[in-house]
Amino acid sequence: MSVLPVLLLAVPLIGCLAVLGMRRAAVLVGVLTTGITFAIAVAIAFAVDYTRPGTHLVTDAPWIPPLGIRFHLGVDGVSVPLVVLTALLCFLSMIYVARREGTPERPHSFVSLVLLTEVGMLGTFTALDLLLFFVFFEVVLVPMYALIAGWGGAGRGPAARQFILYTLLGSGVLLVGLLVIYGHTSTLDMVELAGRDGAGMSRAVQVIAFVLVAGGLAVKVPMWPLHTWLPDAHSEAPTVGSVLLAGVLLKMGTYGLVRIAVPVLPEGALAVAPFLGAFGVIGIVYAALACLAQRDLKRLIAFSSVGHMGFVLLGIATLTPAGMNAALFANIAHGLITGLLFFLAGGMAERFGSTDMDRIGGGTLAVTPRLSVLLIIAAVASFGLPGLAGFWGEMLAMLAAFDPAAGLNRPLYLVFMVVAGLGALLTAAYFLVMLRRVVQGTSPRRQGVLDVTPVEYLAWAPLVVLVFVVGLWPGLVLVPTVDAVRFYLGGL
Amino acid sequence: MVQTVDYLAIGPPLILALSALAALFLRHAAFVGLVLAGAGEVVLLTGGPRRTFCVDTSCSFVVDDFTLLLQTVMLIAGLVVLLMAQGEIRDTRLPAGEFHFLILAALSGAMTLAAGRDLVTLVVSLEVVSLPVFALVALRRYDGRSSEAGVKMFLVSVVSTAVMLFGISLVYGATGSLFLDRIGAVLATPSPLESVAGVGVVLVLAGFGFKVSAVPFHFWAPDTYQGSPVAVAGFLSVISKAAGFAGLVLVLVIAFEPFARVWGPLVAVLAAVSMTAGNLVALRQRTAIRLLAWSSIAQAGYMLAPLGAAGGGAPLDDLAAATIGYVAIYALMNIGVFATISVVGWIGRYGGGELDDYRGLARTHPLVAVALAFFLACLAGLPPGLAGLFAKIVVFQGTILGGYGWLAVIMAGNTVIGLFYYLAWATRLFAPLPDGVRFGRIARPVGVAIGIAAVGTAVMSVVPQLVLGISTGG
Repeated sequence: MSVLPVLLLAVPLIGCLAVLGMRRAAVLVGVLTTGITFAIAVAIAFAVDYTRPGTHLVTDAPWIPPLGIRFHLGVDGVSVPLVVLTALLCFLSMIYVARREGTPERPHSFVSLVLLTEVGMLGTFTALDLLLFFVFFEVVLVPMYALIAGWGGAGRGPAARQFILYTLLGSGVLLVGLLVIYGHTSTLDMVELAGRDGAGMSRAVQVIAFVLVAGGLAVKVPMWPLHTWLPDAHSEAPTVGSVLLAGVLLKMGTYGLVRIAVPVLPEGALAVAPFLGAFGVIGIVYAALACLAQRDLKRLIAFSSVGHMGFVLLGIATLTPAGMNAALFANIAHGLITGLLFFLAGGMAERFGSTDMDRIGGGTLAVTPRLSVLLIIAAVASFGLPGLAGFWGEMLAMLAAFDPAAGLNRPLYLVFMVVAGLGALLTAAYFLVMLRRVVQGTSPRRQGVLDVTPVEYLAWAPLVVLVFVVGLWPGLVLVPTVDAVRFYLGGL
Repeated sequence: MVQTVDYLAIGPPLILALSALAALFLRHAAFVGLVLAGAGEVVLLTGGPRRTFCVDTSCSFVVDDFTLLLQTVMLIAGLVVLLMAQGEIRDTRLPAGEFHFLILAALSGAMTLAAGRDLVTLVVSLEVVSLPVFALVALRRYDGRSSEAGVKMFLVSVVSTAVMLFGISLVYGATGSLFLDRIGAVLATPSPLESVAGVGVVLVLAGFGFKVSAVPFHFWAPDTYQGSPVAVAGFLSVISKAAGFAGLVLVLVIAFEPFARVWGPLVAVLAAVSMTAGNLVALRQRTAIRLLAWSSIAQAGYMLAPLGAAGGGAPLDDLAAATIGYVAIYALMNIGVFATISVVGWIGRYGGGELDDYRGLARTHPLVAVALAFFLACLAGLPPGLAGLFAKIVVFQGTILGGYGWLAVIMAGNTVIGLFYYLAWATRLFAPLPDGVRFGRIARPVGVAIGIAAVGTAVMSVVPQLVLGISTGG
């Protein structure tokens, strides 16, 4: 029994309820709550001994016996980086909201919804019970829907509806898959299931369950061709919503694949992984081509997420420890970089009145030099410039595809690797095109546009610093995950 | 032969029947009766199972966990119905004494049904539920639609009773007994009359199909809901339906267990068709009450789904527990929706108003709007409506346990369709208030009714084990 994971969920939940009654102080309480939560997350990161196998800081209590659900929480090297990332992005989002000009209408509802989302996200990453995972997975949906529908852009209604219906369809399929696993093994304990390496389930059952579980999660990832909800939702959401959507929500899908689908259903994974890889690399190229055609900054960033998650899928599809590590690393890097990109797009929108690249009109480097430099850093990090965070995950994923697990078709994976490489080139191309259209050139207008404010620095600087730190010292993320992947996915 | 009667066991329905008579003349007798019946229920809950009206080892009236669960849920729902009706009785000039009498009479029938363990008791108590409801539906005598609704329901109900009685006579002929447990024992042994009994089983199933308004026996429901007072529609959609499911589960699980391979696939098809048709039609509805009617048809499909998986050879008790758990949770959350829509009341030509009439409710009545959004989230089965989510997980578990994966996948698709219209309604609550719209004050009894349903549903969200895992055995 450990207090830390429980506190990690209890603090934002209490904040979420407490904020409802407030008006003025709501944002301040939000900043405090997310700050404390972030501190707890950091404490967890330091409390775990990564060299020891198994899950740490475990809390395990019966909750609903007739359903078999246990309140079973715990962390290991796979989940700790994601927990810290989630808490950090929520904290920075709250700081961003706390700016005088950034406070939304009805701030108490807004803050409360963000905190509820945080509970769901952190719960998803710490749950060790299949159905508890599912419950937290679902908790995120309604508050995120409300954030988009209540505070989003012009097309928010349809975008929000599409988001929640699409993802609910995914979760329905996921639930069926999880219950198929439960039906054949009589346990919901993820750690125990992973240790069994699929014992008790025939190959046919494993394949069916894997298709259901991975199919449900693939909507969230999102995997091409199930990604169509994403561009609208990301571009219509308020800045903070986009940051959390891209930075954390997408990772719930890939985390589920690494935590549940692959270790619990090894034979199913072996059968289906080539399809995951294929859809992943198609997504990389498709997203790059789509990005080349975008005129809107937020939509471009949104589509770029589909491509980055394609690399994550490719890493997972190799079914090797190297591939899993690459996937987990790329997860974190994408969270940092895309979170930053959406913050900057939000800053652009506030200053130039639009995220349409033609309306911004180019030459922002002359008008708002600091903001533009940050945008350049984030963009080059996103297309994987060596020395920045985006480089390692994608390079390692391609490297893992060079040598996939035994039993997989190696020539096929070599094709994947080549296609992914081409996609990476295209990624660089569209980001450079974007920079040329937005940052460079001559500005048609305006003096007196405010550059980055101190509070914005406060919200963005940690991400910029981490993009450099993780890029120069990838061991910061890789060391905990490498051991955990070895222990947890021992069967690979 | 002289039988001793265990008056404590039959106490709650008996008290309700007596207080129904008193309610004709005394104003508060109905509530006093409900409270007394509730007290009786508490006493029964603390004791062990009780049986009465026994012949040898078979009993007609059994109070076990199954009975107590359903009776308690019905009592709570009945209390909410009576409370929410107070405003409507005044506004639409319903006769108060008659209203209370009819509701309590029907409620006592429903409570008896949950305890009945022979076919005659089940049919008689089912009719005790139905007869007062015909009158209740038609209680707005000055309104033609109300009378039409009453007649429509009457005709459908009489036909379904006839079909069921015919089925029962076949079963009786084939087995020589009316006690559920004895029928089960006789059917388990091979006999030349198997095909006769099989036809009887199917006919009884069809009769219950009308009562729980499963497709294709659902045509009466939307018009009847729309024509009747909102509180009566709530009664139909919750207590009547719970009674129907209680009877269905008892008959199928105890008496017709050996024929699970016959009725299982039929119920599975009924479930799939009900949830799909109910949800698809609900998508097109513009008025609150018709939307609820079609959604309750769809929900009946979810409740039938675990029983449909019985053909796969899974333990029947677990499947029945899944159905009953869903019924109990559904009763609480759905009665909550009806209580909240009685606030908006009789706008235009529709009880409960059109969906667009709910725009901006959150701006003037935040608590009511949040409660309604919570109930709708429960019906959709999404957090924060955890009660509904757990109910969904239970029926999914039951269905997959029985090996009916295809039914589970259909159900997964249906939850998405369901979410679409529940969400469309819930978002209207938080839209800006249109100009010139005012929602009236909330009468205190209605507020209490909403509160009871909300607390009940919230408790189900945290400790659903109170109603889960309870089957006909214990």
